[in-house]
Amino acid sequence: MADLRGRSGAEPLQVRSETKDGAVIVRPSGDIDMSGSPTLRMELRKLQVSKPMRLVIDLAGVPYMDSSGVATLVEAMQIARKNNTKLILCALQDKVRSIFEIARLDTVFTIVPNADAAYAMQ
Amino acid sequence: MSAFPNTSSRLTLNQAQPQVRIEIRSNPLFLSGVRELVGAVAKRFGFTDETGGQIALAVDEALCNVIRHGYQKQPDKPIWLSIWAEGGAWAGGTPAPSGGTGDERPDAMRITIEDEAQQVEPEQIRSRSLEEIRPGGLGVHIIKTVMDEAVYEKRGSRGMRLTMIKKRVDSGLPGSSMRVAGGGGGCGCSDKSGGSEACHG
Repeated sequence: MADLRGRSGAEPLQVRSETKDGAVIVRPSGDIDMSGSPTLRMELRKLQVSKPMRLVIDLAGVPYMDSSGVATLVEAMQIARKNNTKLILCALQDKVRSIFEIARLDTVFTIVPNADAAYAMQ
Repeated sequence: MSAFPNTSSRLTLNQAQPQVRIEIRSNPLFLSGVRELVGAVAKRFGFTDETGGQIALAVDEALCNVIRHGYQKQPDKPIWLSIWAEGGAWAGGTPAPSGGTGDERPDAMRITIEDEAQQVEPEQIRSRSLEEIRPGGLGVHIIKTVMDEAVYEKRGSRGMRLTMIKKRVDSGLPGSSMRVAGGGGGCGCSDKSGGSEACHG
């Protein structure tokens, strides 16, 4: 798979997903701002219809996120809770982690350092 | 020269034309370009990459609010972004280029965002409580956390103006650091639809 880290914010957000050991892994790449968050929201809603046991959102390819991206993930978390899906965020870059801290959501979400740690979580 | 309203910053604002002024349309497609511009200017003014990124985030949030709430997502309405260098080498006007040998950094960066959208009472634009975990309504909180000062006002008879100031940490000005996130009051936004909608700001 091509390394999408560092994609320019001028390029549209891309969202890839796969299923692995019963978990759905979502890999957005690009900036998640007001322009890109509707794409992510639509993909997450589609993927959450099947009520997976675990939903891992790998943010390694996301250099920037604004409050519309955060809102999208909060909404996904609320749907996950209703569905008894464990939602895990992983591989947040510094700028992205910063907005979660400013919004005081860094302790609300389950956030782990990388995808391996997300797969290892019970 | 006039002092910034409601502030004890001891910063006397530059009354000259802004160093940067652009007009964009209210289309989210252009947000990334504005962020890059703001980050690059902030860096040239002596802000760290991290702080420049936070300033760009505050501008992004402010623009999103204009697009979403002011213009109801109509993509063809005007928004003006202006940037001033304040204090320091710029206190007496635009400094002559030093060729990289002198300190051309200002003490602070002032940014205004203006629109022609429907006016609202400035006191209605405030952050919501963060205790409630729900989508949206974080923009004003982010702006006020990241920037040292942020003031909304009506722009004549039409539109709103947001003025934001960020001081360089080593400028010697009081309050020149990122504040710890504050609680904020209830959201004054009438849009309670949830989803990915952010309330005013």
